[in-house]
Amino acid sequence: MFSRAYKAAVTLPPLVWVTVFLLVPYGLMFCYSFWSVSESQTIVHSWNLANYRQLLKVDVYWQTLLRSMWIAARVTIFSLLMGYPLAYFLSFYAGRRKDLLYQLVIIPLWVSYLVRAYAWKTILGSDGVLNTLLQYVHLTRHPLEFLLYSPFAVVLTLTHIYTPFAFLPIYAALEHIPRNLVEASHDLGATPGQTFWKVIFPLSIPGVAAGATFAFVLSLGDFLAPLLLGGPSGIMISNVVVSLFGAAYNWPLGAAISLCMLVLVVSLLFFSERLEKKWSFS
Amino acid sequence: MELLVSDANFASGSRWLLFHAVAVFAFLYLPIAVLILYSFNREGVGGFPPRHLTLDWYRTLFADGPIWDSVLNSLQVAFAAMVISLTFGVPAALALDRAQFPGKAVFRRLVLLPLILPGIITGLSLLMLFNGMGTKLSLMTIVLGHGTALISVATTEVFAGLQKLDRAQEEASLDLGANYWQTFWRITVPNLKLPIIGAALLIFTLSMDEIAVSFFLIGRDNTLPLEIWGRLRRGITPEINAVSTIIFGFSLVAIVLWYRLRVRGEGAIEGGSK
Amino acid sequence: MTMTSAADAGSRAPLLSIRKVAKHFGRNVVLRDISLDVAEGEFLTILGESGSGKTTLLRIIAGFERASAGELWMGEERLDRQPPYRRRVNTVFQNYALFPHLTVEQNVAYGLRVAKRPEAEIASRVEEALDKVKMAAYAKSKPSRISGGQQQRIALARALVNRPRLLLLDEPLSALDANLRRQMQVELKSLQREVGISFIFVTHDQEEAMVMSDRIALLRSGELEQVATPREIYGRPATAYAAQFIGHTNLLKCEVRGGMVRCAPLSWSAALPDGPALFSLRPENIRMTTASTTIAGSVRVRGKVSHQAFHGATELIRVECRDGLVLVVRTPGGGGALDEVELEFCSTDAVLVRESLVRESPGRESLVRESAERI
Repeated sequence: MFSRAYKAAVTLPPLVWVTVFLLVPYGLMFCYSFWSVSESQTIVHSWNLANYRQLLKVDVYWQTLLRSMWIAARVTIFSLLMGYPLAYFLSFYAGRRKDLLYQLVIIPLWVSYLVRAYAWKTILGSDGVLNTLLQYVHLTRHPLEFLLYSPFAVVLTLTHIYTPFAFLPIYAALEHIPRNLVEASHDLGATPGQTFWKVIFPLSIPGVAAGATFAFVLSLGDFLAPLLLGGPSGIMISNVVVSLFGAAYNWPLGAAISLCMLVLVVSLLFFSERLEKKWSFS
Repeated sequence: MELLVSDANFASGSRWLLFHAVAVFAFLYLPIAVLILYSFNREGVGGFPPRHLTLDWYRTLFADGPIWDSVLNSLQVAFAAMVISLTFGVPAALALDRAQFPGKAVFRRLVLLPLILPGIITGLSLLMLFNGMGTKLSLMTIVLGHGTALISVATTEVFAGLQKLDRAQEEASLDLGANYWQTFWRITVPNLKLPIIGAALLIFTLSMDEIAVSFFLIGRDNTLPLEIWGRLRRGITPEINAVSTIIFGFSLVAIVLWYRLRVRGEGAIEGGSK
Repeated sequence: MTMTSAADAGSRAPLLSIRKVAKHFGRNVVLRDISLDVAEGEFLTILGESGSGKTTLLRIIAGFERASAGELWMGEERLDRQPPYRRRVNTVFQNYALFPHLTVEQNVAYGLRVAKRPEAEIASRVEEALDKVKMAAYAKSKPSRISGGQQQRIALARALVNRPRLLLLDEPLSALDANLRRQMQVELKSLQREVGISFIFVTHDQEEAMVMSDRIALLRSGELEQVATPREIYGRPATAYAAQFIGHTNLLKCEVRGGMVRCAPLSWSAALPDGPALFSLRPENIRMTTASTTIAGSVRVRGKVSHQAFHGATELIRVECRDGLVLVVRTPGGGGALDEVELEFCSTDAVLVRESLVRESPGRESLVRESAERI
């Protein structure tokens, strides 16, 4: 029913915009990753694999990448452990309060990411809220130093930030499960536990996949929480990139690392999409 | 506790779930509570228990010129980004819903990618673009960055709305003599009012709060998150708590407004489809 | 295909001329070689089962779909190249498609507003249109606040207020309950006579088609099976499908040899070439008889009643005769239980029909169903 002119009018402007501001920049990043920097700090437009070779050769790069993935994996697991039971509780047991509680999960998202990371800093610091509280009630005598400037602080903060992200798709998936399936399961003699594991959980897998992807990808690329709370041992891969683009002034190497992250993220998305498709039956 | 279903079979399982839920909510709200509480603490951030409640930090805040400049910058950026995202995101949703063209699948993925992509990649790739074009970094480059990244939000929201829109509505309009342009403004947009307003609010808030993309595209003028970031590097001050508390207050008002709008709108739509 | 069957339809120049229209979606053929003329002031029904392509044909006329081949002409104007908003054709949608964000009045005024008519004219024409469908009292209501029957009237008013030359109605009564439906059939028909606009009405309900139409175009699997007045299509069905789709019938597979039609145990004479032949015999054309004398041209057969279905004024009985022949007979109701009966029909009431016009495609079940199963 829509004319060719209509379709062209809605397709072309976003297509052009997206090409100029997304496709071309990604292409540029791709190009940069094969270029290099001269002694005089100018970009040399000759094509070679030196950056990628360096990534494999210099331990700190791939070790940091692995550490970042390990941090992101922990954040993902903890976010799911926080988010899934909460979503299940809201969807199946919260009754009339469901909408209100749902809003309560969303509200922290409206508080600036930066501010929440900062708040954790004020809680975890050596003369922060937690340490002074522990001393006030005489549980400890000296501040616990591992709380701040450690991978622990980064994982804690990122878990706090990404729990709602993990929660949302899981909750949506649970809400889409027809309630008569649960009734049918009970009717056929399954206990609540069996019903959960045999009916509810399998049907919520697309939501879990989406939530896990969100948490993993977004925490993998984070560089502000590590800067703020991570200390030297909490450095993540994006911090390396930031310094390569800043003080170290090696854009080509930074672009190569970014491109690796991009490829990693896109393949994760692809995998997660496959998983979601496989487990969605509607 | 009385908010639970009273079915005895579920009682033990649901009690465990309730404790878990309370714990998660405590975890989610602890930093926010601390943030607000210590914005009134004369002794500064940290130190338990808080004592000498005061409004001094708010007084300092109101006298702080650079903060308010950055707030103004952020408001401008958020508004401009919202306009760009809607201008290109709404047609993109229409295109995904209605047009068939080669490369459509790639286009869809590309539009939606910034939604999930870490901001650092979007920010850096745009930095290379602006660098290549010789564009000077400024609030304008941040606007372009936010606008581009947040098209994904407009597109997802509006696309979901289009899925629910009865195609016969637009056919009826064309049938009654309205051309495509008139049909778009008189039928399509009013029917998509809620998703569009929702997307606009969301884009505005996300832009106000955005830092990862802005971090790389910043010129001379700071946005609010970057201003805060700069100060955090120098040390922590309850002034940050104060400004955060105020923003939180505004966010709450926006949530309540949006929620009421949506409840009313959904009531009307449900009535209409009977 | 005979197009001139309706006396009043053939006498005037056609308003709409559908010429060799075809439509396929990819490899799926939905319409094939449709040619049909609609006369000025005619009530034409496109009748067909779901999937027959009737809605697609309507959407091509309205302009929501583009025909893959063929042309549409309205008088001297080529219609199929016009966008929907330039066609003087309006549609009443299946679920009415009233705009939920506009009031009843604004809905009706919509076409006039987008045409930028003066406000005074809009006001008077809207009022007139609402009066005509007896909905003036609801002018300020939102569509969600009025009943299905009322929404139906508003949809009609919204279409008619634009004074189209042709009104398309896409199963507009299917959402209504049975009683309201019958009432609306009468109202719609009298409204059509009053405004004098041509209606093309799409339905799958053969009774509805019979009650309302000047002519019926029977569509099957994307092809026109027969176009004729309701009386003609019922009395002289062209095909076995038409005979079965409209009312009940007995289909007799016969063999003609030497001017005699044989369908064991029946036989009668007819001037037909030798070969197989298919006849349709309506149940009401068969009588139970006790008389011993036979009238000239009548055919008789004995059989055993195996099933009786009471329908109020009439009763359908299923009679098993010799050689596996089963006949369904309509008798006046209230005859009580029957056993052995003698049946009689006039050989001229057996109508020669073609099996089908539609080319058989593999996999489709045979179309000549055992008609007796339908009681």
